[in-house]
Amino acid sequence: MRLSSIPVSAWVGILGIALAVFCALFAPIIAPYSESQIVGSVWEPIGGDYLLGTDNLGRDLFSRLIFGARTTIFVALAATVLSFSLGMLLSFTAAVTGGLIDQAFSRFNDLMMAIPTLIFALVVLAVLPQQLWILILVMAVLDSTRVYRIGRAVALDVAVMEFVEAARLRGEGTGWIIFREILPNTLSPLLAEFGLRFAFSILFLSTLSFLGLGIQPPAADWGGMVKDNKDGIIFGISAALIPGGAIAGLAICVNLVVDWLMKRTSSLKGGRGDA
Amino acid sequence: MPDLLSVRNLKIEATSYPPGEPPKTVTLVEGVNFDVQKGKVLGLIGESGAGKSTIGLTALAYGRGGVRITGGEVKLNGEDLLKLGPNGIRKVRGAKVCYVAQSAAAAFNPAHRLGEQVIEASLKHGIMSRAEAEKRALYLFKVLGLPSPETFGQRYPHQVSGGQLQRAMTAMALCPNPELIVFDEPTTALDVTTQIDVLAAIKHAIEETHTAALYITHDLAVVAQITDDILVLRHGKMIEYGSVKQIIEAPTQDYTRALVNVRGTRRDEAPDQTDTLLKVDNITAGYSNGFKVLQNVSLHLPKGQTLAVVGESGSGKSTLARVITGLLPPQEGTISFDGKALPKALKGRSNDELRRIQMIYQMADTAMNPRQTVRDIVGRPLTFYYGLRGREKTERVKELLEQIEMGGRFADRYPAELSGGQKQRVAIARALAAKPELILCDEPTSALDPLVAEGILKLLLKLQEETQVSYMFITHDIAIVRAIADSVAVMHRGRLVRFGPKSKVLSPPFDDYTDLLLKSVPEMEIGWLERVLTTRRMASAGN
Repeated sequence: MRLSSIPVSAWVGILGIALAVFCALFAPIIAPYSESQIVGSVWEPIGGDYLLGTDNLGRDLFSRLIFGARTTIFVALAATVLSFSLGMLLSFTAAVTGGLIDQAFSRFNDLMMAIPTLIFALVVLAVLPQQLWILILVMAVLDSTRVYRIGRAVALDVAVMEFVEAARLRGEGTGWIIFREILPNTLSPLLAEFGLRFAFSILFLSTLSFLGLGIQPPAADWGGMVKDNKDGIIFGISAALIPGGAIAGLAICVNLVVDWLMKRTSSLKGGRGDA
Repeated sequence: MPDLLSVRNLKIEATSYPPGEPPKTVTLVEGVNFDVQKGKVLGLIGESGAGKSTIGLTALAYGRGGVRITGGEVKLNGEDLLKLGPNGIRKVRGAKVCYVAQSAAAAFNPAHRLGEQVIEASLKHGIMSRAEAEKRALYLFKVLGLPSPETFGQRYPHQVSGGQLQRAMTAMALCPNPELIVFDEPTTALDVTTQIDVLAAIKHAIEETHTAALYITHDLAVVAQITDDILVLRHGKMIEYGSVKQIIEAPTQDYTRALVNVRGTRRDEAPDQTDTLLKVDNITAGYSNGFKVLQNVSLHLPKGQTLAVVGESGSGKSTLARVITGLLPPQEGTISFDGKALPKALKGRSNDELRRIQMIYQMADTAMNPRQTVRDIVGRPLTFYYGLRGREKTERVKELLEQIEMGGRFADRYPAELSGGQKQRVAIARALAAKPELILCDEPTSALDPLVAEGILKLLLKLQEETQVSYMFITHDIAIVRAIADSVAVMHRGRLVRFGPKSKVLSPPFDDYTDLLLKSVPEMEIGWLERVLTTRRMASAGN
């Protein structure tokens, strides 16, 4: 693969993600203030003493945005990746083995989906200690039920193909059939879902933060920042729109990259020339 | 006699959209001329991609999905259909020119009764009143030999067989009393034994109603029975145009000659058929709902030889292959391979037992993972069974690709970058890579054009000589059986009706089913259809 074969839209996405990751990694160096330091008065305007103004408590919005990138990207990405690994592994196993295992997994999944996600998360997070990895795990498990649904549907379509039968006749194990025969043929719809689920994860995280069960203050996260500053909108203060824009920007960037990957994975000629 | 349909300098184009490049215009058909007189039948013949359906549809001034007719003229009774405009052409379609599609099952609306659909066009165009149309439909059902014609129209499409449905569609096309009918491969999807009935019915109906027709097919033997003239097409260009007699008996072009002689391969059976490799003993198999697909089937296959399993669709021949592979464990009976009993289910078999029996599928498209290159597809059995890696594996893959007459340069291609025949060859290479003793071939040539299929058969025979591999060859085509088999098994409704050396099975005295099967295979001979029908009539008169 050559760099020149990457389309412009994908470059925009890659640059956007790189910028966010850069901010997350070097937050203490780039940010002019710490994330919890109160530096000025409430809701100072953009372009004054502070680059993006201040928030509802007088903290520097720019610094908080940079620190917020850390938690937001880390938690959302970790939760999405984890939910996909879990959901795909279980759904593909169910689709390939069928029978009792398929029934057990699928009905358990239905059971999980029957409970409203938010309520389920609230109950579980309220009981368990408030630690970051527990938050990620709960988000991942809840999200993986959706991934399971899609994963099983697309894998079932592929599992009945003759090349899978040919692999079985060769004597291949379940692992080979899942990872080498089925996975490459189901990547396109799953990648599309990944882009979407990542954006949902950010939103879900901010919802949890809003209810006080997500990222704990004074640590910053983009969703929580929108919530903190939402009242300002009534007074014509745009502070809430800046982290909101950051969420939208990141989601779009992720989807631009996913679109490009999808085009590559849906090509039956290895991305050479025509798809 | 003036020409009913006259096509001159036809040019048909389509636009393709390769991603990342500007759209390209592709010429599909160029410089095609032909005429059809009243009451005559013209056959359009060629392999897939020759543009025969595309040309056939121009008689209705129709281009399928983005196909445009960009040049030439299509005159029906002296009027150019291409200049008629949307309203004008609507009066022609379904009234003066009608169309019979390949898959009748997909072309009928399953929610309406057949009778209603047959007379619909006549009523819409105001050609006849409902009473007249129903009378004509009844007449056509009789002419086409449909069972209980009085009530046939009351049925729904799913209540009749495929062959009857195809005849019903012919009735639908004939109902408005059109001047021209376009038949687009009407018998290709049918079994040979059904095909002959439909062919006879179509021929009779055309003669009875004096309708002219365009008959599109890839089977020269079929077209020879039914048409007056033949137009041979290749890559959208005319190869040869002449009367049936001239094309069949004195073709002037190499391509036409190849088509006429396509079933020329013949092989004598092996004299000694005792050294048994595979023995299937009294197998009964079926699905969990209690329906038995196979009943008491026993047969055997000698080493290095070919057993052909013939029968129509639903006769259980593919199921027999599934039982042998272990995908469908039998309810009764045993399978032994090289003197040892094989475990019934796939799970119980060792890798070496699996290696010795390989399989080639009908659709090479779905039998190969589209995300793997030819190197991965052919190389996997090498790694899996023999542990070959790196340079050794690359070398062996190249060797195998040369054995199937393709060569190492194909190693980096994906299946989507291969033609149908090449895909089937790669599937053969994958089977060979395991160095099997038996290859189960499930109709490997029936989805291919005749010349390509011929190449595959020759390749299989060559490989058998080189490697002494045995084939169990499942097919519905008696011509293939004659070409490659040593012994033959005839299946009918899950039972084995006849089994033995080829010379014995294919010579009299026959049982009823084998007789019917053998007589239904079209032969490249003018007047074959009449002859078969006459003998049938005599036989039924004698009873």
